[in-house]
Amino acid sequence: MKERFQRFIHQFGLPRLIILSFFLALLVSAYFLKLPLNSLVSDTLVRTGMNGVLVLAMVPGIHSGIGLNFGLPLGIVCGLLGGLVSIEMNLIGINGFIIAILVSLPIAAVIGYLYGLMLNRVKGSEMLVATYVGFSAVSLMNIAWLLLPFHSPEIKWPIGDGLRTTITLTGKYDKLLNNFLDFKIFGVMVPTGLLLFFLAMCLLMFLFLRTRTGVMMSAAGINPKFAAATGIQVDRARIIGTMLSTILGAVGIIVYSQSYGFFQLYQAPMMMGFAAVAAILIGGASSHKATLMHVIIGTFLFQGLLTVSLPVANKIVTEGNLSEIARIIVQNGIILYSLTKVSNGGD
Amino acid sequence: MTDQNKPLLEDVKTSVIRKPTLNLKQIAFDNIVTIIFVVICFFGLILAKQPAAFVMNELVLRIARNSFLVLSLIIPVLAGMGLNFGIVIGAMAGQIALIAVTHWQITGMKGFLLAALISVPFALLFGWLTGKILNKTKGQEMITSMILGFFAMGLYQFLFLFLIGTLIPMDNPVLVLSGGVGIKNTIDLKDGILYALDGIYKTRFFPALAGFSVITAVFSLFKVFRVRKDEIERVRLPKYLMYTVLSLTGIVFSVVVLNSKSLVAMIKFPVATIFSILMLCAFNLFIVRTKLGQDFRTVGQDMHVAKVSGINVDRVRIISIMISTVLAAWGQLIFLQNIGTLNTYGSHEQVGMFAVASILIGGASVNKATIGQAILGTTLFHLMFIISPFAGKNLFGNAQIGEYFRVFVAYGVIGLSLGLHAWKTQIQAKRKQLGEE
Amino acid sequence: MSEPYVLSMQDIQKDYFGNKVLKGVTINARAGEVHALLGENGAGKSTLMNILFGMPVIHSTGGYGGKIMIDGKEVQIKSPKDAMEHGIGMVHQEFMLIPGFTVTENIKLNREILKSNVVSALFGKSMKTLDRKAMNADARQAIDTLGVDINERQGVSGMPVGYMQFIEIAREIDKKNVRLLVFDEPTAVLTESEADTLLAAMRRICEAGIAILFITHRLEEVMAIARDITILRDGEQVAALEAAHTNVMEIAAMMVGREIEAMHSENRDVTKTPEILMEIKDFKVQMPGEQVKGVSLEVHKGEILGLGGLAGQGKIGIANGIMGLYPSTGTVLFKGEALPSSQPEVILKKGIAFVSEDRRGVGLLLDSSIEDNIVISSMHIHKRYIKKYGPVTQKNTGEIRDHANRMIKDLDIRCTGPEQPSRRLSGGNQQKVCIARALTLNPEILFVSEPTRGIDIGAKKLVLDTLIKLNRDHGMTIVMTSSELAELRSICDRIAIVTEGKIEGVLAPNDSDANFGLMMSGDYGKVIEKGEAIR
Repeated sequence: MKERFQRFIHQFGLPRLIILSFFLALLVSAYFLKLPLNSLVSDTLVRTGMNGVLVLAMVPGIHSGIGLNFGLPLGIVCGLLGGLVSIEMNLIGINGFIIAILVSLPIAAVIGYLYGLMLNRVKGSEMLVATYVGFSAVSLMNIAWLLLPFHSPEIKWPIGDGLRTTITLTGKYDKLLNNFLDFKIFGVMVPTGLLLFFLAMCLLMFLFLRTRTGVMMSAAGINPKFAAATGIQVDRARIIGTMLSTILGAVGIIVYSQSYGFFQLYQAPMMMGFAAVAAILIGGASSHKATLMHVIIGTFLFQGLLTVSLPVANKIVTEGNLSEIARIIVQNGIILYSLTKVSNGGD
Repeated sequence: MTDQNKPLLEDVKTSVIRKPTLNLKQIAFDNIVTIIFVVICFFGLILAKQPAAFVMNELVLRIARNSFLVLSLIIPVLAGMGLNFGIVIGAMAGQIALIAVTHWQITGMKGFLLAALISVPFALLFGWLTGKILNKTKGQEMITSMILGFFAMGLYQFLFLFLIGTLIPMDNPVLVLSGGVGIKNTIDLKDGILYALDGIYKTRFFPALAGFSVITAVFSLFKVFRVRKDEIERVRLPKYLMYTVLSLTGIVFSVVVLNSKSLVAMIKFPVATIFSILMLCAFNLFIVRTKLGQDFRTVGQDMHVAKVSGINVDRVRIISIMISTVLAAWGQLIFLQNIGTLNTYGSHEQVGMFAVASILIGGASVNKATIGQAILGTTLFHLMFIISPFAGKNLFGNAQIGEYFRVFVAYGVIGLSLGLHAWKTQIQAKRKQLGEE
Repeated sequence: MSEPYVLSMQDIQKDYFGNKVLKGVTINARAGEVHALLGENGAGKSTLMNILFGMPVIHSTGGYGGKIMIDGKEVQIKSPKDAMEHGIGMVHQEFMLIPGFTVTENIKLNREILKSNVVSALFGKSMKTLDRKAMNADARQAIDTLGVDINERQGVSGMPVGYMQFIEIAREIDKKNVRLLVFDEPTAVLTESEADTLLAAMRRICEAGIAILFITHRLEEVMAIARDITILRDGEQVAALEAAHTNVMEIAAMMVGREIEAMHSENRDVTKTPEILMEIKDFKVQMPGEQVKGVSLEVHKGEILGLGGLAGQGKIGIANGIMGLYPSTGTVLFKGEALPSSQPEVILKKGIAFVSEDRRGVGLLLDSSIEDNIVISSMHIHKRYIKKYGPVTQKNTGEIRDHANRMIKDLDIRCTGPEQPSRRLSGGNQQKVCIARALTLNPEILFVSEPTRGIDIGAKKLVLDTLIKLNRDHGMTIVMTSSELAELRSICDRIAIVTEGKIEGVLAPNDSDANFGLMMSGDYGKVIEKGEAIR
C-alpha cells in the first residue's frame, strides 16, 4: 500500500501534488468563507482559456530542443504590433481579431526565424540568453512604443508623445471569443468560444506533431545525435520550433488581450514568459518533454490557483496582495525545481 | 636515446612560450562589448551637452555608490559559477538588517556598522542555501541564481508584508503601514544611516586621483622593468605597460583639471566609501593568493580535475557564494546610505541586473572577471546612466526615451555578452573536437 | 621466489553480478623494475586497476577476492585515498591537468606549499598564502628527475600533448611516498620520439627505486623496457613471463589466442574475382578518440567484412566517417560514385545504412515507441509511412503498425508490443530495433558497429545470426566493426585490422593467432621487416 502510494507520488510528481492539494485547500476554504464558487470557477475557466495559447507556445520550443522558451516576450510584442495595426485600421469584431493575427503572423515568423538562428549559436545556454533577449526586446519596444507613428486616438495619449500604456478593446473585439456561444450552467459561465479556440490550437499542434516535419523536429529535440545520424538537420528543426513558439506567443497575446479587454504595452510583457513556463512545468512538463495534456492541466491548475487565492487571501488578510506573492513564489519555485531536476540528469 | 632527442624537445619548447604579441583584431573581438560601450558613451556625451562638472560629480558619486556591489561578483566567477545574479539575495539580507536598525533607531555610523554586522549571519545563511541549490544545478548556475532571486523576492515580500505585525510584533508607526501589518513602501533614512559612511570625510577628488595615479605609476613601472627580464613573466608586459600609460594619463589629466580653474577641479569624493572599496579590492587580491583562492581557481577551471585531486568541490563553491552574498549585503548598505531612502520592495530588485551589466560592460565574461573590469564597467555603465536621459531629450525631445534606452542597454548588454560567450564556447568546443590530432 | 615485492596482488578475483571478469590473477611487481601488463580490451586490465585503486565501483558491487600485499604486508585498499596513502600513483590516460595553470600549479595541485600570515592566524589554514618559490623548486626537482626540459613557471595551455604527459608523471613522482606508479597506455598519445623520451624517463624513475606497472599494447616498448610481463585474456592470467625469455610473436599469440566457435560452417568461395561495391581511398576522419588517419580499403559485394583492432585505434571512426557523422577527407566510391563528406542525408539516400556503436546515445530515441524508432529514418529519407493531404502530411499509423509488427516477428524482438518505449527493452532487443530501422531503409550495404557490446551471450548469438541471415538470404553486404576478435572471426569473410588510424592488414578468419596479435599491437609491419613473419 505504502509502496503503491509512493509510486503514485513519483508518477504524479511531488510539486504537482503540492500545488493540487493547495488548490483544493483553497477551494474548500473558499467554500467555508462563503465566497461565490460558481464565479470563481467561471473566472478560472476564462483565465485558463486566455493564457492557454501562451502556454501552448512552450510546446514546439521544448519539442525542437531549445527547451523552455523564456524568450516568449519576443512573440508577445509581435502580437501586440498586430493588435495595434488592427485598431489603427479601426476594425471591429471578428475582422479586427483576424487581421490582428494575420498582421502579427509574418512579423512573428521573421522575428522567430532570426531568434532561432541566434539560439542555434548559444546551444546549452538557451534559457539564460533567451531570458535576456526577451527582456531587451521588451525594453527596446518601450522606445518603439514612444516613437511608432500610430494615429488612432485610442492608441495615442491625448497629450504628449507615444502610445498609451493600456489600449482598450471595448467596441473592437473585447471578449469576442469569450462571448461566442457562451452559456451558463449551475451558475458557472462557460466561455465556449475561448475554450474552443484554445482546444483548436491544441488540436492543430497535435496534428503538426504528427506531420513528417513535426516528427523530425521532435526527433531532433529529443536526441540531436540520433537526428544527425538519421540525416535530419537539427539546426533547421530548432528554427522551426522557435518560429512556431514565437508565432504562438503572438497569437496567444491577442487571445489574452481580447479576453482581458486591453492591450498592455511597455513593461507588461516582461514577465509573461515566466508565467507560461511555470504553467507548463506545473502541468508536468520538463525542459525536454511536454505534451498537450501538460499544457491543459498546467494552465488550469496554475490559473485556478491564482484565481481562487486572490479572494481567499483577501478574506484572511485584508492588507496587501497576498495572491501576487503566492504567484511569485509558486511561479519561480516551480521553475527552480525543474532546474534542479535538469542538472541532476534525471529524466 | 634521450640525448638524441633533446634538440627536438628544445624546438618544441621555444614554440610553446607565447611571445607578448598584440593582435588588434583579436583584442577588439574579445572586448567588443566594452568598445561598443565606449562609443555609445562618447556620442551620448556629445548629445547630452551637460557641463563637465555635473557629469564628473555624478559619476564619482555613482562609482562610490555602486562599485562595492559590482566587486562582490568577482569571487563566484573565479570559482566557475558565473555571474551571481543571486546578489539580490545578499542585498535583501542587507535590507533586513537595515530595517532592524532603523526600527531600533540606531543612527549614523553606529547604525551603519550594526546593520553591517547583523546582515552577516543572514547573508551567510542565504548564501549557504543559495550555494546548496547552485550545487544541484551545475552548469546552469546563472539562470538558477536569477530565478532564485525572483523566488527570494516573493519570500521577502511575504516576510515584510505579512509576517511583520502578525507573527513578528513590531510597533512602529513610522515603519509599519497604518493597518498594523506590513512595512511601508518607502523608508526615509534621513534620520537613520544617511551618509553614515559618505559623510565621515570628503575631500577634493582630483588631488587624490593625482596622488593615487603617482603611486600606481611607480608600482607599474617597477613591474614593467622586473617583468621585462623574465622570459615567462613577459607575457604580462602589455598589461603593466597599459597600467603605466593609464596612471600617467591619470596624473596628466588631474594636473590639467586642477590648473584649469573649472568647477570640475572642486569635485569632492567620500573618502571612507572609496576606502572601503579599495579594501574590498585588496581583499579580492589577497584571497587569490591563498589556498582558498587556489581552490576557487581550480574548481572554476575544471571541477572534475579538482574533485579527482581531492578538493571538496561543493564546499568550495558554497564558500564562494557565501562570501559574495555577504559582500553584496554590505554593498547594498553602502548603496542605501548614499541614496537615503529605502524602497522596501524595490531597492534590491535591479541590484543583480545592474551589477552584472556593469561588470560585463567592463569586459568581464562568465569565466573571467577582474577588479579593473569591475571598476571600468561601473564607470561606463553609470556614465551612460547619467547622460542618456539628456541625450534622449536632445535627440528626440523626450527624456523618457533615454531612460528606456538605458534599461534596454542594461538588458541588451547582458544578453549580448552571455550570447557571445555561449557562441565562443560552442566554437571552441568544435575546434577542440576537430583539432584533436 | 623469495624476493620482496613492492606490490603483490595474489589470486585476484572479481565478478559483476555473477559475471566473472577476473579469474584469479597474480601480479608481482619488483622495486626499480618495469612490469608490463598486457591484454586486449575487456581482458580485465581496467578492473584490476580499479581494484588496486579501491575505486567505488568495485566496492559497490561486492568487493573482490584474493589479497593485495605491499612490501609483504597485506593491505586493504578501500578508496583511492587509501591507495594514495600506500604510495600507489596513477598516470592517467586522459590528462588531469588544468590548462589555465602553470606547470608548478598543476604538479602541486591541492598539495600546495603554504605559508602563514596574519589573516591565517585568525581564520585558519585556508587563508594561508601559497609559497610559490618552494613550490617551483619542488616542481623543478620532479621535472629534472624525468630528464625533460620544461619550465615550471610556464602555463600548460598550448603545450604539446607529450609535455602534458610528463607533467602528469612529474605530479605523481612529486608525491613523496610514491613507490608504485601505474602507467596506463602512456605512449598512446605520444609521437615516436616523445615515446622514446618517456621510456628513458621511466628508466630514471625506476632508478629511484620506484616500481612501474606498465599497461600498453605496444609490444616493442614492452620488450625494450619491461623485466616481467603478465598477459591477461578474458579475465584469466594466460602467462607470467620474463621479457628476456620470450619474443614479440609469442606474446602476440598469447594475447589473442582462443578457440574459435565456428558459427557458420559454410566456407565461402573467396577465390573468384569479387565485385567491388565500395572503395575507400586515403580516408581520414576527425572523430575524437577514434581518429582515422588514412585508410584504403575495398568492400566486396555480398561479403561480411570485419573491422577489428583495439579501442581508440580508429576502427569505429571509419563507419562514422563514411556515414558523414564526423568530418572526413579522402574518397569513398560507392558503386563507382563518389560520396560526399558530412552529409548523412545524401548517404542514407544512396542505400547505405548504419547501426551505431552508441546504441543508447545515437541509435535510439529511448522514450519513443519501438514502431516510431523503426520507421523514423525511412519516413525522413524515403518519405514513406506518411499520408499526404495536399501539402500536409500525417503519420500513417496503420502502415507503421503493420511494418513494425512484421519486423518484431522477423527479428524476434521480445517486447510487449510495438508501442512499448525502446528504453524498457533489454540491450539485445534494443540492438534488434536499431537493425530493424536500418533494414527499413532497404540498404545495399549495412555498417554495423559493435553490435554485441553490452548484451548477454544468448542475445549476442541471436544478433550475429540475424546478420548472417541478412547476408545469406538477402545478399546484403555487411561491414561489421567489433572489438571482439572472436566474434569477427566467427562470421566474417575477411577481417581488416585497424591500428593507429590505418589498416595494418587484412586477414582471413582462420589466420594464425600470432598474426592477429601482431597486427593489433601494430608490430606486424616491424616483424615483417625483420623477416620473422609466420604464415
